Amino acid sequence: MPHITLSDGVPGIRSLVMYRPETGQPLYDLAQALLRAGSPDSTLNDADRELIAAFVSKQNQTDFCMNSHAAASRYLYADQRDVVDQTLDDVDTAPISAKLKALLAIAGHVQADARTVSDELVAAARTEGASEGDIHDTVLIAASFCMYNRYVDGLATFTPTDPAAYEAMGERMGTVGYQLPKVKA
Amino acid sequence: MAHIPLPDGLPGIVGPMAYSPVTTKPLNELAEVLLRTNANDSLTQGERELIASFTSRRNDCFFCSTCHGAVADYLLGRDNNIVAQTWEDPTTAPVSDKMKALLVIAASVQIGGKYVTPEQIEAARAEGATDRDIHDTVLIAAAFCMFNRYVDGLATWAPENPAVYAEMGEALATRGYVNYNEPQPA
Repeated sequence: MPHITLSDGVPGIRSLVMYRPETGQPLYDLAQALLRAGSPDSTLNDADRELIAAFVSKQNQTDFCMNSHAAASRYLYADQRDVVDQTLDDVDTAPISAKLKALLAIAGHVQADARTVSDELVAAARTEGASEGDIHDTVLIAASFCMYNRYVDGLATFTPTDPAAYEAMGERMGTVGYQLPKVKA
Repeated sequence: MAHIPLPDGLPGIVGPMAYSPVTTKPLNELAEVLLRTNANDSLTQGERELIASFTSRRNDCFFCSTCHGAVADYLLGRDNNIVAQTWEDPTTAPVSDKMKALLVIAASVQIGGKYVTPEQIEAARAEGATDRDIHDTVLIAAAFCMFNRYVDGLATWAPENPAVYAEMGEALATRGYVNYNEPQPA
């Protein structure tokens, strides 16, 4: 049960942005800017961005964010959707680019302790073709999910267990993006 | 040196914020709402900044803890030395019992969201914390787990001179986050 009174049956962060739309708006605007636009020179596509978000959420053990962003990533990768679960299962053996692996390594360090993002990790990502914007966006995606995950878990929001619920969420995130739910007056 | 080329001389988060205006707008709006617009008698602007600096200190983020500590000190009275005492030991710091209970929640959020327990929530309620106080405390602590990682994950530059932070603290306390980088009328 959530730690504060939220709308019944509304899952995860959605219940929180409906409760407090004045913070919900910048939180969704940030997700939209990071996961659907990104830095001008970035080579990451939307599916890659969602995968980084799901990967960090998995490290934080926040099932709601992991499942919903994994579903969005699967939807966006379309016929290559299997890479999402392969990456979440084992980055090293997943059939993704060396660049994305190097960026996921940076994301992992941001999640654990951002001070451990070393010059070597950043240089390795550059060697594989990561742009400045890729590095910036990866760090901020990972950092922001350390916020979203704590927000969702810290207030003990409702986490659906039915995979079909996430599939529908993933499609909505992949098509509509991050728009604040309309709240009845 | 920072991990990506940033404009020279911009302290802490201001560097990456200049680099990425598209994300800076919502980041500043979030800080503005959480730390200033939402402030009320139940959870004041000074108390919100104290939670921000306390969380940043637990994350060992020098820039954010010092900067928001300076904002909190400005708002709570520099001579009262509340920030330093809260960093040292929140259980004995000269803050209200409600704030102590909210700082316990913030400390749990800093480790991970699942560390917040129903007992911690009940303890805060027993001291008069409302749903909104609890919500805002959790989100302030969570947001600084982001801001701190953004600042440290890109290895940004942090000034060492305390006077710089005192000046930033007053500017952020009085002018806020959304207008911070805009030129001020004379």
